[in-house]
Amino acid sequence: MDEPQILWFGWFRADIIKEYEPLFWEGLRMTVGVTVVCILLGTLLGLLLGLARLADARSPVARVLTRVLLRWPATVYVSFFRGTPLFVQILLMHFAVVPLFMNPADGWLISGDTARDLRQNYGAVITGIVSLSLNAGAYISEIFRAGIQSIDRGQTEAARSLGLSYGQAMYHVVLPQAFRRMLPPLGNNAIALLKDSSLVSAVGLGELAYAARTVAGAYSRYWEPYLTISVMYWLLTLLLAWGVRHLEVRYGRGDSR
Amino acid sequence: MDAAIRVEALSKRFGRLEVLRDVSCAVADGEVVCVIGPSGSGKSTLLRCMNGLEEATSGRVLVHGVAVSDHGTNLDTVRREVGMVFQRFNLFPHKTVLQNLALAPRLLRGLTAAETRDRADALLDKVGVLDKRDAYPNQLSGGQQQRVAIARALAMQPKLMLFDEPTSSLDPEMVGEVLAVMQRLAEEGMTMVIVTHEMGFARRVAHRVLFLDEGRLVEEGPPAALFESPREERTRRFLGKVL
Repeated sequence: MDEPQILWFGWFRADIIKEYEPLFWEGLRMTVGVTVVCILLGTLLGLLLGLARLADARSPVARVLTRVLLRWPATVYVSFFRGTPLFVQILLMHFAVVPLFMNPADGWLISGDTARDLRQNYGAVITGIVSLSLNAGAYISEIFRAGIQSIDRGQTEAARSLGLSYGQAMYHVVLPQAFRRMLPPLGNNAIALLKDSSLVSAVGLGELAYAARTVAGAYSRYWEPYLTISVMYWLLTLLLAWGVRHLEVRYGRGDSR
Repeated sequence: MDAAIRVEALSKRFGRLEVLRDVSCAVADGEVVCVIGPSGSGKSTLLRCMNGLEEATSGRVLVHGVAVSDHGTNLDTVRREVGMVFQRFNLFPHKTVLQNLALAPRLLRGLTAAETRDRADALLDKVGVLDKRDAYPNQLSGGQQQRVAIARALAMQPKLMLFDEPTSSLDPEMVGEVLAVMQRLAEEGMTMVIVTHEMGFARRVAHRVLFLDEGRLVEEGPPAALFESPREERTRRFLGKVL
């Protein structure tokens, strides 16, 4: 280490951050990328789970079927993913579930050298995206369910009495209104997801927390790397919150409540 | 020919509460029928069974010969021909007046944007709110909202119209403008079933009045007969209170 030390405020070793700058940028890219992908996948999953939990049918037979095939599985799913620690879910996913689907010998989905390569090069990314999306989907389904249920029943009745199908009524009438009310909790969820992505560093995903850990390990200095990523996370959450507020203003018109 | 609506031995229970008990009636094409009775007598439920918003516990409801009460029936296609107007308007608050009218015809009647707009404009003009076509529902008065709701139902060009207490949540000074629209519709020959507390309107516009009490169809007849000389004691008592 023959580079000159750069001290900020007499104690902050800025040169360490400078030396590892590419690692932090790489980590930032990974954190943002994983978060964005998981928000999209989680929202889609949340919508499907939310609809499954509200599913109903007219005839008695179909009603039983929707209960058994849609409502109950969705309820159990949501209960499990909300009732266990995300950290444990990540470990379970990485060391137990992913190997089951993907291993060189007898993977259910992929086996052979492809499986080995995939897990070596992208194992942590796969774990991160799958486990964060599955977890976010459970929370977001509750947001969808509450949002849909908060819309007056008269809206669905009016749409259906015009002849719109269930799907059309949902898509054109209920969801656009529910979405407005869901924006604040969805925003909170996105912020939580951004922060929770740091947990995936435990299985070696090269995101911000991983970058900080690497730097801390190399120098046995902790203030510099962790303070740096703290500021980066903070800026990211501020940016996200600002974006959500922007959307709320934009889509706020026409809501009577 | 099939009646516009035929109700056969219709019963409806919500849990243990019997809302409709063995109600049978029919509405002919072009007929205007008003349903009156004390609150909780099952009027609205009867109306809502007519387009399948409520499911019959037993009995049958046929709309132009199609059994709405059968599970196999595609309700969506039946409802395209049956307009409904609600007590609380139920306009879509995130859509403008024009979009409220255009949504269903565009999706279900396969019309072009221009065709739906022309049709919507004509209807808005007819109910007297053309100048509000680009406003959102929360910018309208109650009376205007209900007239838009009527126009929205008419935009599907339904064969018959159901009205569920259309003036009950309006300020008194706005009741007249909505009733006027409905009266014109009746005069044009629309088949209408109207649940209402407006006895004057029922008397003036209805061809036939049904009186419901405690879920039973107690008495029916032309308004003159039913209002002037009701046969049943219960009808007399009810009319004594409201007239």
